[in-house]
Amino acid sequence: MNWALANRDLLVELTWQHVWVSAVCILLGFALALPVGWFAYAANRSPRRPMRQLSGGVLSIGSILYTIPSLPLLVILPSLLGLPWLSVLSIVIALTVYAFAIMVRSVADALRSVPPMVLDSATACGYSRTQRALTVTLPLAGPVMLASLRVVSVSTVSLLSIGALTGVRNLGSLFTNGYNRDFTTEIATGIVLTVIVALVFDAIIVASGRLLMPWSRVVRAGGGE
Amino acid sequence: MIEFRSVGKQFDDGTRAVSDFNLVVPSHATVVLVGSSGSGKTTLLRSINRMVEPTEGQILIDDVDVATQNPVELRRSIGYVMQHAGLLPHRKVIDNVATVLRLCGIPKKRALDRSAEVLGTVGLDSSLYTKYPSQLSGGQRQRVGVARGLANDPNILLMDEPFGAVDPIVRAELQTEMLRLQRELEKTTVFVTHDIEEAFALGDQVVILKKGGEVAQIGTPQEILADPADDFVRSFVGLERGQRTLRIEEKDGQRIVVDEYGRPAGVLQ
Ligand SMILES: Nc1ncnc2c1ncn2[C@@H]1O[C@H](COP(=O)(O)OP(=O)(O)OP(=O)(O)O)[C@@H](O)[C@H]1O
Ligand SMILES: [Mg+2]
Repeated sequence: MNWALANRDLLVELTWQHVWVSAVCILLGFALALPVGWFAYAANRSPRRPMRQLSGGVLSIGSILYTIPSLPLLVILPSLLGLPWLSVLSIVIALTVYAFAIMVRSVADALRSVPPMVLDSATACGYSRTQRALTVTLPLAGPVMLASLRVVSVSTVSLLSIGALTGVRNLGSLFTNGYNRDFTTEIATGIVLTVIVALVFDAIIVASGRLLMPWSRVVRAGGGE
Repeated sequence: MIEFRSVGKQFDDGTRAVSDFNLVVPSHATVVLVGSSGSGKTTLLRSINRMVEPTEGQILIDDVDVATQNPVELRRSIGYVMQHAGLLPHRKVIDNVATVLRLCGIPKKRALDRSAEVLGTVGLDSSLYTKYPSQLSGGQRQRVGVARGLANDPNILLMDEPFGAVDPIVRAELQTEMLRLQRELEKTTVFVTHDIEEAFALGDQVVILKKGGEVAQIGTPQEILADPADDFVRSFVGLERGQRTLRIEEKDGQRIVVDEYGRPAGVLQ
């Protein structure tokens, strides 16, 4: 505790680093997964077989990306992309790839989970394609997407610590540094702060879900739909 | 007036749902399409608002071919009520109704006022307006579905088994309500059901469909009962084996009507 207080400035700086880098990766991964997942969903409903195969292909690429082990990816990526060693950029790219890989399939699943009857009904009411996509399909897919966003958030926050092994500064630096100095307090502080960041992110996601989708929590009195 | 001219539909996968279907639905009349599952009722209904594009023939509304009209505009001008109501689960009851009006460009305030009015017309308690559809009973949801169909006062109302998923008591209630609305509002209505009793109760004209959208008989309920076209119709409307035949029996000077099993059905006056 004394150590933490004495190094307050360092801890604030590392936490801030950790927060913004993981936030960027999560948001970027989601922003990429949304259109690609939507494409996979739409292509899968096409009457043409090549389109459906393409949809399957896109989703498998997502799964394959996810199986690449993280540490080697962090090591290879800079040389692959010609980025300087130790760059935050290569970590952002690597973690965005993971976030994207997890999200892309769940975006497609989320869209598929929207009841076809509700979509038919919206069409019958006179929604245009775009209106229906943005104001019916997207919000109704929201709860399933939100669930996977929570998984991505936790996994990104914890994966980012590994980035410290390549020398980039974040809360993971407390593990590497504490390990090198055989200083348990520093390691423990790093763990506690990482967990707190993950919990705060999760709370923000859940809260925005409640705010944006108040309907998803109402009691199902009548059952059905 | 809605007119089907030799309408046929073969789906992309080769399924033939309807062939050479002809029908005139006069203005302000209710025509009921009745037939067993897969007889092409939904296909025919959805051809009217272009949710299904027929592969043969034409459909005209007041002598205008629907194929020449913008599908989205067309749908906004036609009320549609579906089985299970098909309400938007993420919109409150009143917003579900108002959404149809908002799509037609009506300002929010006026859309909400009109929605409350039409929800009142279908007899929904005003305490339910701000609930979500999942908080309503099946019968209440169905009323909201009908209100949504009526919201922008369309000339045409299409109803696809709207009362198929509620219990018999609520169904009878909704049917009575429907008859009242028809008398008051006089919409040109095409109503789909697989329940012949419902068809006879609501239809000015009843179209009995066989598999593949083939018409077995078109007529008023009276005409169909009095003169069924063939054995299929006879069995479909329950005229086989003496069903639906009522007899008069004398009892203590009163003339009592009994059904085919001898159960009393009423008193003759
Ligand atoms: N999109 C589609 N693609 C292929 N075949 C279809 C499609 N929609 C309907 N069909 C087929 O067309 C036929 C008629 O279907 P339709 O839905 O019009 O019947 P229905 O009379 O409404 O039946 P139900 O009482 O079960 O609602 C059925 O054989 C059905 O399988
Ligand atoms: Mg049907």
